[in-house]
Amino acid sequence: MSKLFIKCPRCKTTHFISFLKHSAYVCSKCGYHFRLDAPKRIKMLCDKGSFKEFDKDIKSLDPLAFPKYKEKLEKSMNTTGLKEAVVTGECKIGGFPTTFGVMDPRFIMASMGSVVGEKITRMLEYSYENYLPAVLIISSGGARMQEGIYSLMQMAKTSAAVKRLNDRGLPLFTVLADPTTGGVTASFAMLGDIIIAEPDALIGFAGPRVIQQTIGQKLPKGFQKSEFLLEHGMLDMVIPRKNLKAVLTNLLEIHSVRPYENIRGEMQ
Amino acid sequence: MNKDIEREIKNLKDKVKKLKERILKGNKKEINKIEPLIEEMSTKIQELERLNAEVRPIDIVRLARHPKRPTTMDYIRLMVRNFMELHGDRRFADDQAIIGGIGFLNDIPVTIIGHQKGRNTKDNLKRHFGMAHPEGYRKALRLMEQAERFGRPIINLIDTPGAYPGIGAEERGQAEAIAYNLYKMSGLKVPIVSVITGEGGSGGALALGVADRVYMLSNTIYSVISPEGCAAILWKNATKSEDAAESLKLTANDLLKFRVIDDIIEEPGEGAHANHEGMAKRLKSKLLETIKELLSRDLITLLNERYEKFRKIGVFVEDIPEDPLVKM
Repeated sequence: MSKLFIKCPRCKTTHFISFLKHSAYVCSKCGYHFRLDAPKRIKMLCDKGSFKEFDKDIKSLDPLAFPKYKEKLEKSMNTTGLKEAVVTGECKIGGFPTTFGVMDPRFIMASMGSVVGEKITRMLEYSYENYLPAVLIISSGGARMQEGIYSLMQMAKTSAAVKRLNDRGLPLFTVLADPTTGGVTASFAMLGDIIIAEPDALIGFAGPRVIQQTIGQKLPKGFQKSEFLLEHGMLDMVIPRKNLKAVLTNLLEIHSVRPYENIRGEMQ
Repeated sequence: MNKDIEREIKNLKDKVKKLKERILKGNKKEINKIEPLIEEMSTKIQELERLNAEVRPIDIVRLARHPKRPTTMDYIRLMVRNFMELHGDRRFADDQAIIGGIGFLNDIPVTIIGHQKGRNTKDNLKRHFGMAHPEGYRKALRLMEQAERFGRPIINLIDTPGAYPGIGAEERGQAEAIAYNLYKMSGLKVPIVSVITGEGGSGGALALGVADRVYMLSNTIYSVISPEGCAAILWKNATKSEDAAESLKLTANDLLKFRVIDDIIEEPGEGAHANHEGMAKRLKSKLLETIKELLSRDLITLLNERYEKFRKIGVFVEDIPEDPLVKM
């Protein structure tokens, strides 16, 4: 029964799936972080019963009539039980209220088309309206080719929404998981006020194969991995999955207090 | 518009010509054989010529990449008075794949920035074929913020295959540089006009493309991925780029229909490559008209409209479930 066991892609150790749950889906032998679907992330990070989903009925169309796109969407919907590659909502993390979005790599590699862009923008706008911070757990292959120029424009749309949020003094925290590439990295992922990555995640703009083909030489070891990005100043921290909730809680707590407002309040 | 078709038409025409010569010289027996042949070939030629006159997306891709198209430097030389090029991102380097500076568009001081492709191989190596590194996008942003400080409208000319895919580019934060441009440009407090003058290649193009007005010249493309890249992913075969160009809907007409761009600037005659002066004249008059209109708006309206312009792009359906609370 293949469903009972899973092999670690890195060290080839075989794990009982039911045991893996207790180690936050991290290989106990080599520390490999298995890719996680959206429902598991919500369960691991949001306070129990606190998650309220937004916009769960928005569905993609096929505006370019692109070859095989409809079939691809249907297949992803059937295998995941989701309607698109991102789940958004509001929740509490460690008791602190926030909006919360998580991308699901099972759904066309969590690529960003119109719906992903729209749901993330609506979530950020909800934060803006309700004075809430925003947390995004990201993994994505980038812009969704099958929606052509519409996908590219979601980069501009989401980035502008992050700007509005920041202009109101509200923070965005992004957590980058394996893989985060292309147009998603080049928009809201790298716009986090604080950017966290899971260990050993592939993070970059161009894919490693494209780079290798262009420059015709071997890529350095660890290239485009979380630790490489941290070293080059592109991230704030690399956090193992089991500590993620504690770190997010701490970030939300620090940002929940506004010293200026408190001092002004005392003086009045 | 297609070299293969053109070659075939020429072959057929030569054959017809030879056959006709044979009739003129010839004995009468041959005429009966040859005449139907000529007729058959003539219909074929007509058919091919009709096919050839049809402009396919791949033809526009080729025109958009035409090596003789005017570059940003050409447009600046032909449109901007008292131009001075400004250099460097003040952080790492001066990327030659994007150039920018200040000058007058008629009597309006402007900041003008654009991708710069090379005119020959040596120049192209220096400019990476118009594919910028992070320092290129950061230079562009530095010049745009400078424009904002001094209330100058911004003109961006876009012509790039995409952002440069390389080790240094990734090490210095290619994704962050692009993302930060999108973020900052959405809030710059001066009018921004972006024009696709050749290839609008993905994120590398969009990094200069968040604007109050986005125009395309008639023989240009704007796409999330190159037709070759798309074909390689979709059909595992980069030579299928003709089909990919068709599927991606990347021409100016497509994008205007999608309302992703605001207008198309028609190229003169055969295309911009054949008439630099004519093209620059048309572009300049469109830019002047647009900038004057945008300068007349108050700032809050300008910024709200810029936000809404990108906010509303996207195609989806929403089944709104019946709200149980509404039911009486």
